[in-house]
Amino acid sequence: MSMLKEIQKSLFKKKATVLYPFKEREKVHIPEGLRGKIVFDREKCTGCLLCSRFCPSGACEIVVDEKGKRPIFHLELCLFCAQCQEVCPKGAIKLTEEFELAAFDKKAFTIR
Amino acid sequence: MQKEELRSEDKKSSYELFFDIPVGPQHPALKEPAFFKFKVEGERVIGVDADVSYNHRGIEKALEQRNYIQNIYLIERICGICNVAHTLCYAQAVEQIHGKEIPPRANYIRLMIEELARIHSHTLWLGVAAHEIGFDTLFMYVWRDREVVMDLIEMLTGNRVTTAINTIGGVRRDVSDEAKYKVKKGMDILEERLKYYKKVAINDPTINARCSGVGILKPRDAIKLCAVGPTLRASGIKNDVRADDPYALHDEVPFNVITYDTMDVLARVLVRVDETLESVNMVRYCVDHMPSGEVKIKLPLSPPIGESVSRVEAPRGELIHYARSNGTNKPERYKVRTPTFENIPSVCEMLTSKNGYEVNIADIPITLASIDPCFSCTARMEFRDVSKGKTWIWSLEELKAHCKKKGI
Repeated sequence: MSMLKEIQKSLFKKKATVLYPFKEREKVHIPEGLRGKIVFDREKCTGCLLCSRFCPSGACEIVVDEKGKRPIFHLELCLFCAQCQEVCPKGAIKLTEEFELAAFDKKAFTIR
Repeated sequence: MQKEELRSEDKKSSYELFFDIPVGPQHPALKEPAFFKFKVEGERVIGVDADVSYNHRGIEKALEQRNYIQNIYLIERICGICNVAHTLCYAQAVEQIHGKEIPPRANYIRLMIEELARIHSHTLWLGVAAHEIGFDTLFMYVWRDREVVMDLIEMLTGNRVTTAINTIGGVRRDVSDEAKYKVKKGMDILEERLKYYKKVAINDPTINARCSGVGILKPRDAIKLCAVGPTLRASGIKNDVRADDPYALHDEVPFNVITYDTMDVLARVLVRVDETLESVNMVRYCVDHMPSGEVKIKLPLSPPIGESVSRVEAPRGELIHYARSNGTNKPERYKVRTPTFENIPSVCEMLTSKNGYEVNIADIPITLASIDPCFSCTARMEFRDVSKGKTWIWSLEELKAHCKKKGI
């Protein structure tokens, strides 16, 4: 019985559920510093391979191209722990606030 | 021991009187794989046999194959809800081997995030418990208000649940003044709501009818069966790692150890609600008294040779980590003792009727839920033949027989 008052009050309130993604997309609360999609700056990279050494899930693959050894990030394996961003001495790796990462094409998950 | 009891009763009674009810491995009340075989006489539960070894993930072995930094993120995934407690315990164990103290500001941030995680875990449990007793209105209100603390954790650490805030040598992110202000505002909302939920838990006839006098665990049994955490404190025993063996400056931040002595599910509800209120005050104290300075010290990747044990009061009870280092960048042996595993014998005791204490079948879900089970932590070992690709589990009798055969 003690909850009846609360229930009555809530009857006239707005819904607490945010109708994401169909309506009210802008209402989704995204704080600064959310760990989302990786952005990789290929120009800054020096090929020190620290990111692949510390990646806990093997999402950071090393390939050899014309510049030498460079990482490729596989978002389907990524934990979004931001350890690569922390160890990168040149600041080439950054985790952005973009979190909507679902895609039909597997190529969208590979960051070069 | 329980198995033998059941067998002796089998011989005495006819099959019409006693039935076995299997609950699990997939059961709507539990969500995680665990198997309970209840022996019932009519509506009375007279015996229970538990098998919680369904989801062995081999985390301890996996920890030995990764370096100390990678292990932070693996250890976080032992349990999603108590991930802060696990990383804190791990970081403390490794720092102990290094023999280094971390800066006070880092300790304060660790403590604050830990208490925020406790608020989130306990409010989550309160909602689940309300759902188990069919009180879905309370479940939805509690989870709506839980969003406040989830948003705070997201703002402070960068993710809602998997925080990844603790690291070896401190914390990874500093707390800004603006964030402090937001945390304080959030705590005000939470305190008001939690006080209201405490009133509901005490006064509501539905909760009283379903929770009081159910799932009784006597203090003597609780000690004998090594219960931990809120399960133990609801039996009236004052035991909390934060008070008994303070870590991360818990001795500087004042708080009360909450105990209730009615020993039933209602006591466990109230212990958790009161603990959440204590946590709200602790977070406030941390925000007000946070010292300035560094949040991280740099430690080498490979600790010296040594071993350490570290204890943390996770939301579900006492969590113990053991680490042994051989001087390389990977641990030689790592052992995790999770609180749910310790509480399994206690829940079996709660579910057995004896000496005038009756357990009905309808009380099974809420009694099981009252220890806040996290069964993914409970599978301890399995055997694997790598060359044949075969995996199997031995019971104690089979293991004994094998040892006898080999002459060990």
